[in-house]
Amino acid sequence: MKDKELATREDNLSTRETTRARERFVTPKVDIYETSEGLILMADMPGIEKNKLNISLEKGILTIEGRQDNGEDANYVFREFAPVGYYRRFELPAEIDQDRIEANLKGGALTLRLPKAAKVLPKKIEIKAA
Amino acid sequence: MLAALDLFREMDHFRRDLNQFLRNAEPGNLLAPVAGWPAANMKETQDGLVLELQVPGINPEELDISVKQGSLTVTGERTLEEAENRTWHRRERGFGKFSRTFELPAEVDTDKVSAAFKDGILRVKLPKAETAKPKRIEISMA
Repeated sequence: MKDKELATREDNLSTRETTRARERFVTPKVDIYETSEGLILMADMPGIEKNKLNISLEKGILTIEGRQDNGEDANYVFREFAPVGYYRRFELPAEIDQDRIEANLKGGALTLRLPKAAKVLPKKIEIKAA
Repeated sequence: MLAALDLFREMDHFRRDLNQFLRNAEPGNLLAPVAGWPAANMKETQDGLVLELQVPGINPEELDISVKQGSLTVTGERTLEEAENRTWHRRERGFGKFSRTFELPAEVDTDKVSAAFKDGILRVKLPKAETAKPKRIEISMA
């Protein structure tokens, strides 16, 4: 029984090696600030085009994922950055209205508007004169 | 795949990094990262140089690019719109003015320099001056 297990495990290893894609992900730098209306998140993702950017929300976890193609080979005099993917996850506070989240990608910077749910906003209660 | 250690190239990188560091160093700024912000790549082909600069979230109209023989300087500023009543939760991106000067390893034709900004990356194309291009020399049979 044990021998059979070993054999299948090695098979799995060999197929895994050949199909693994060489992708690198980097954590994008973000700024997050809060206003009376909600949260604003801005992430630096240079080189990412809109169609390669994926933002998803599941069970209160926001995932930002951006991919870009590897650049063609070139003769580099110096190289301080490479085309990498960007990946980061955030746990959203419960007060965020998940249906009204807006995303905007401009100039390699992603801006996410995460409005607070209406019922959480401080309400001013009108006093009617009797 | 390990690249062979090219000692002269390593020394060249070191010299460039040291120059960059000393150029940016001012009192109080000596601990700034050596590479400088924004990050840059420079490629070289037979016909020219290409400088790529990572400047996300910048208005390209506010970038200033100047070339003179031997060096290229890019200056700009990343500004944050004014707003009141803001509580910061995380602040990782940088703001403010920046300026980087790059040594050009070849002579370029300054009239033909062009620049384009896409998705937060600035690409400056610097075609080489005719004198700097490699030339084939015809051998005539006497």
